[in-house]
Amino acid sequence: MIGFGGWNMPVFYSGILDEHQAVRQHVGIFDISHMGQIEVSGPAAKRWLNAVLTNNVERLDITHGQYTLMLNEQGGVIDDLIIYRRHDDDYFLVVNAAKIEEDFDWMRSRLTWDVSLSDRSASFAALAVQGPRSPDLLLQFGDLPARNQIQELRILGIPVLVARTGYTGEDGFELFYPAAAGGIVWNRLLELGGVLGAKPCGLGARDTLRMEVCYPLNGADLSPDRTPLEAGLGLFVDLQKPEFVGRGALLMQKESGLKQRLVALKADGKSPPLRAHYGVFVGDRRIGELTSGTQSPSVGIGIGLGYLDVSFAHPGQKVEIDVRGRRFAATVEKKPLYKKQC
Amino acid sequence: MLVPDDLRYAETHEWIRSEGGIATIGITDHAQAELTDIVYVELPQVGTALGAKQAAAVVESVKAASDIYSPVSGEVVEVNPKLESNPALVNTDPYGSGWLFKVKLSDPEEVASLKTAAEYSIQIGA
Repeated sequence: MIGFGGWNMPVFYSGILDEHQAVRQHVGIFDISHMGQIEVSGPAAKRWLNAVLTNNVERLDITHGQYTLMLNEQGGVIDDLIIYRRHDDDYFLVVNAAKIEEDFDWMRSRLTWDVSLSDRSASFAALAVQGPRSPDLLLQFGDLPARNQIQELRILGIPVLVARTGYTGEDGFELFYPAAAGGIVWNRLLELGGVLGAKPCGLGARDTLRMEVCYPLNGADLSPDRTPLEAGLGLFVDLQKPEFVGRGALLMQKESGLKQRLVALKADGKSPPLRAHYGVFVGDRRIGELTSGTQSPSVGIGIGLGYLDVSFAHPGQKVEIDVRGRRFAATVEKKPLYKKQC
Repeated sequence: MLVPDDLRYAETHEWIRSEGGIATIGITDHAQAELTDIVYVELPQVGTALGAKQAAAVVESVKAASDIYSPVSGEVVEVNPKLESNPALVNTDPYGSGWLFKVKLSDPEEVASLKTAAEYSIQIGA
């Protein structure tokens, strides 16, 4: 067990490698109750959200969700989150555990009279049900939402918001339901999932799975002094919008050019697992450092994410990574590092 | 957790088997279970002079890298060649084929100062 965002959470149940493979091949169930939920509603909710988040909320149909970011005035990342449009003027935001208070205070400080804001984090338990067999597990409770959509189902009579989203690169779902039913739904799904190869999964596998598909982790790959442009998340930033917090700084950065970019790296051969803060070199020149790293359970090779000087930040670039004073050859790769075999 | 009676133990979870002035060193069953899936082992160079309690090897799981300390002082005379291709031996057979390295003891008295199996069992609550 380790501390994570104020929660005491298991790193693993049966083992990181075992849980990782369960998600890639069958289905894994993660307790993600630590994550925060914020509700935003009111006639001006859409316009207001568009001014505080980077992606374009106008493009969001009812029941749809989108990945988006909350920035500081310098364009740095406060948090990355998913926003769902539940009804016309009702939005449901799922934010990182360690950032709940900061996100909420930051939003409240910008609140206008025609928008209401509510931190519902303590009311919700949440599970991630991820892997190719996850639809089979949940279909017995009703029709399932399409990718990036959210809808309500009943499990054991409990109203459960089911979103088809995740952090693993597999088909999967995230479930949000009353906190008091936390253990009941968890136990029931594991029981029903047994025949499908379902396993309980911890933070360790969550981290290796997301790294293989190059999803950034806030606090590691994202931080208040890195912009989404540097992090390669420009797709989730709509600079055409007239205004949102951080926009001016991003436009300036775009004009002056990026200095570093977040890339995916893979060791060329056998190496120790890669780790955050390892230095990346070309010859004697230090061109950046890793912000995340592990050994990919799927391919058995060291992988990592890190910010490199832009002139070296393109796929195919050969680099060396310093591990305790020894250098290991690695290559900048296209994202994601792991692709589903079709 | 397995804690064989014929070995000595360091507080930092290494075991040592001493025979004819040569000590074989590995990590305990308890340590491998705590570290979980071991995917990489970095061993000392043969010929390295180690002091007691000096960091000598690194064992890495998917999640973290952990220093392994030599419980005794001496010169490294052999390292386990099988761990390069099969580091998981440390998990599956920590007291046998998962041994890490051997040292030529410079002070055989040091072994007697290490914990007995009974003492180590108390330490880990086994």
